[in-house]
Amino acid sequence: MAGLEPVIGLEIHVQLRTRTKMFCGCPTEFGAPPNTLTCPVCLGLPGALPVANAEAIHYGLMIGMALGSELAPRSIFHRKNYFYPDLAKGYQISQYDQPLCLGGQLGDVEIHRVHLEDDAAKLNHAGASGRIHGADASVVDFNRGGTPLAEIVTEPSLHSARQAAEWLRLLRTTLRQLGVSDVNMEEGSLRCDANISLRPAGSGELGTKTELKNMNSFRFIERGIDAEIARQAALIEAGEPVLQETLHFDPRSGSLTSLRSKEEAHDYRYFPEPDLAPVVITDEMLERARQALPELPLEREQRLLGLGLNAESARLLSWHGETGAFFDEALEVDDGASPQALANWTTELAGRLDSGDPAESKVTPQALSSLAAMVDSGKVTQGAGKQVLDRLVADGGEPEAIVAEEELEAVGGADELAPIVRAALEANPDVAEKLKGGDMKPIGVIVGYVMKETRGRADGGEVTALVRSELGLG
Amino acid sequence: MSDIGELTAVQAAEAIAGGEFDPADLAAHYHQAAAVDDLNAFTWTPDEPPAPGEGPLGGLPVAVKDLFCTEGIPSQSGSKILEGYRPPYTATAVGNLQQAGASIQGKTNQDEFAMGSSNENSAYGPVLNPWDRTRVPGGSSGGSAAAVAAGSALWALGTDTGGSIRQPAALCGIVGLKPTYGAVSRYGMIAFASSLDQAGPLTRDVRDAALCLRHMAGRDRADATSVGLPEEIELPNAERLDGIRLAVPEEFAGGEGIEPGVLAAFEASLEKAKELGATVESCSLPTAPYALSAYYVLAPAEASSNLARYDGVRYGMRVDEDALVPMYTHTRHDGFGPEVRRRILIGTYALSSGYYDAYYGRAQRVRTLVARELDGVFSQADFIVTPTSPNVAFELGSKTADPLAMYLNDLFTVPFSLAGVPAISIPAGLSEGLPVGLQIAGPAFSENRILQAAHAMEKAIGFDQSPARTAA
Repeated sequence: MAGLEPVIGLEIHVQLRTRTKMFCGCPTEFGAPPNTLTCPVCLGLPGALPVANAEAIHYGLMIGMALGSELAPRSIFHRKNYFYPDLAKGYQISQYDQPLCLGGQLGDVEIHRVHLEDDAAKLNHAGASGRIHGADASVVDFNRGGTPLAEIVTEPSLHSARQAAEWLRLLRTTLRQLGVSDVNMEEGSLRCDANISLRPAGSGELGTKTELKNMNSFRFIERGIDAEIARQAALIEAGEPVLQETLHFDPRSGSLTSLRSKEEAHDYRYFPEPDLAPVVITDEMLERARQALPELPLEREQRLLGLGLNAESARLLSWHGETGAFFDEALEVDDGASPQALANWTTELAGRLDSGDPAESKVTPQALSSLAAMVDSGKVTQGAGKQVLDRLVADGGEPEAIVAEEELEAVGGADELAPIVRAALEANPDVAEKLKGGDMKPIGVIVGYVMKETRGRADGGEVTALVRSELGLG
Repeated sequence: MSDIGELTAVQAAEAIAGGEFDPADLAAHYHQAAAVDDLNAFTWTPDEPPAPGEGPLGGLPVAVKDLFCTEGIPSQSGSKILEGYRPPYTATAVGNLQQAGASIQGKTNQDEFAMGSSNENSAYGPVLNPWDRTRVPGGSSGGSAAAVAAGSALWALGTDTGGSIRQPAALCGIVGLKPTYGAVSRYGMIAFASSLDQAGPLTRDVRDAALCLRHMAGRDRADATSVGLPEEIELPNAERLDGIRLAVPEEFAGGEGIEPGVLAAFEASLEKAKELGATVESCSLPTAPYALSAYYVLAPAEASSNLARYDGVRYGMRVDEDALVPMYTHTRHDGFGPEVRRRILIGTYALSSGYYDAYYGRAQRVRTLVARELDGVFSQADFIVTPTSPNVAFELGSKTADPLAMYLNDLFTVPFSLAGVPAISIPAGLSEGLPVGLQIAGPAFSENRILQAAHAMEKAIGFDQSPARTAA
């Protein structure tokens, strides 16, 4: 791996949340009984013809705008021809050399293009593996067939699995904010392929790439790309060639299996779809898409920086949409905590959750806001605040009630703390001597004593100040 | 009423509106006529005559080319791969006629997936020409043309991709109209070549063609390429052609490849046109000779994709195998006839990576040039006239071994298909006892003007619409 640089490009298929399918009037629900959401068009019956879904084009324009793409005034659909049982018509209707959106950028990744197409049906393989290899039989559910897809293709401008997974989170948050897709990877409304190659670090050329198909979680994407980078690096170090092929990553075994080699690649015989007119974008369509754009993650990041959040918090709360949305709600409550304090408590909360989504926890934005305010004002200490958060995550409830019930209110003021500090110094005469001599290093012993006595309810700074005054250090 | 079978559709509609006879009698007459059809023109007829509908076409039965989807009724497009296939919906063009009161008399035979000029490519056997049962009726709408010519259908629907309405109409001595591309919805027409396919009527006379088109046409939200017609189709009544300028392409005028009898009938029609007040001049369509080559790249290319859906997975024929690829291979090999397989192979080749520009791309450029040249002529002349087909009906089996000779039947019809403009074929007379067609083509959406001109010519030519029945 030494001296080798991974180059990664992503192709993301996004199921659009239109009411009806891309080229017919069937609903696009997930989870309906098999083959109940079908019609002559999406079943590819003889004589049926497609009609393009205006809402899908609208969503495509919104995506293009959010990614800063150039929006084509005129784009066309092509037929991509191949045989497979999940492909009712024997071709997919997709955009080819004249897509809806060209170029663009999101965060640190350049966008190559965005185009519209229709999804294939779903094959269900009967048998232990659940995959086609080793299946006893396969059945087709055409409910999904014809669902509108936006395919977002990046330039090969990513360089690590970690970066790819992080950027995908930003993309997912952007799409969710746009409201154009459910972006649910498990249900397949967001699917990602990765093109991966290695090259000597600093080289301007691209090595032979492989394509990693259809990874359906951020974790698998990261693991899959890492596995493929390792596989290619081992080949190169052994002096063996990397072959152009399409691979499947099995998250259970961590292994990569070849689906097809370059020689087996399809000739899709693209040609312009004669059943559809060109998509011509009018000023009204552009205006409507512009009006529909909400605040996007990178705009939120700027707004949060404007609130005084540090760069790390602003980025985290923007790229991770759920956490950011929770923060915004808690900020609305406005119990007086500083935005940065609230941001810290929001990320603290998210970090304790398996789902990473505070909205799915027992903690309400109101509770988090009031907790942050109590800590920020010194009513409870940082340490006691974390104990309160533990309770909130476990059982929900009101922070004030928990503080009262567990007697977690901060112990403060010379009246309450000074006697405890004095006792601490008396119990540790050697430490007191050192402190008196100006060596402040062992002060932690005294603070620890006080914290233990107050069950963490004392403020460390206040304790230090009291020690100094008790010892006459000014 | 002497014989209701002698009435044209327009006459029958008027008689029914005037209460002259019970429309059920008309349905019964054609039901019986189809039952005794010995031309193999029909692939399906109902057990009982259809109940008469209500509306301007109320009580008029119409024969429908097999490739129109008709709900619950076999719609096989002349192919074994769709044997017994009964669609769950009805094609818009047929539905429009039903809305106007027409009923489906039966489904008519055709070349498989509309690929052919002789109706010999049907999986359900060839159709015979009522003028001479040893000859073909033309194709691909051969069943529709033969049924109308033989009097076993009042009128019929066909489709035209490169000449599939006009050429069989010519070979059977009837009227066939291919409308402007987009005038009639293609929804529910089992596709051959999507950018060329267009539905139209095959009728006994020009007024019937007008009546049928009036009720078929219209923009359809289910067909993104349909636009309808800018004005309602009127029943033509012109008897003169004063001031009309007819253009004859010099590339076709030399008579090369045209049977002498066809050329003679064509030239006689031009004389009649002059007598009616028209002027006849020659025009130049330098790209037209390449139109046929371009057509036989573009149409198979689209067909290779359109026919991919017949894979044995969801409907139609399936040859069961243990694995997917053998299932596909054997289903499609056994399900498609040789001409369809040939065109799928040609089309697949033409679209293949590395060949696309040389074939499909170049053919598209020819198509654009042909359309541009026709536009140029139509800025100088009202109509372009040609023989519809270079030959009269030929003997069964005489061209099946030579696809290129068969394709030449489309020489005069294909340029107008590529340009998407309307064209009609009307009977121009006989050559050695067999009908010859006169083609009149105009610019896009000039259907009313074409029908008027065709009506004037039809009157002047005075072709007896019934010799097929008297000869039989």
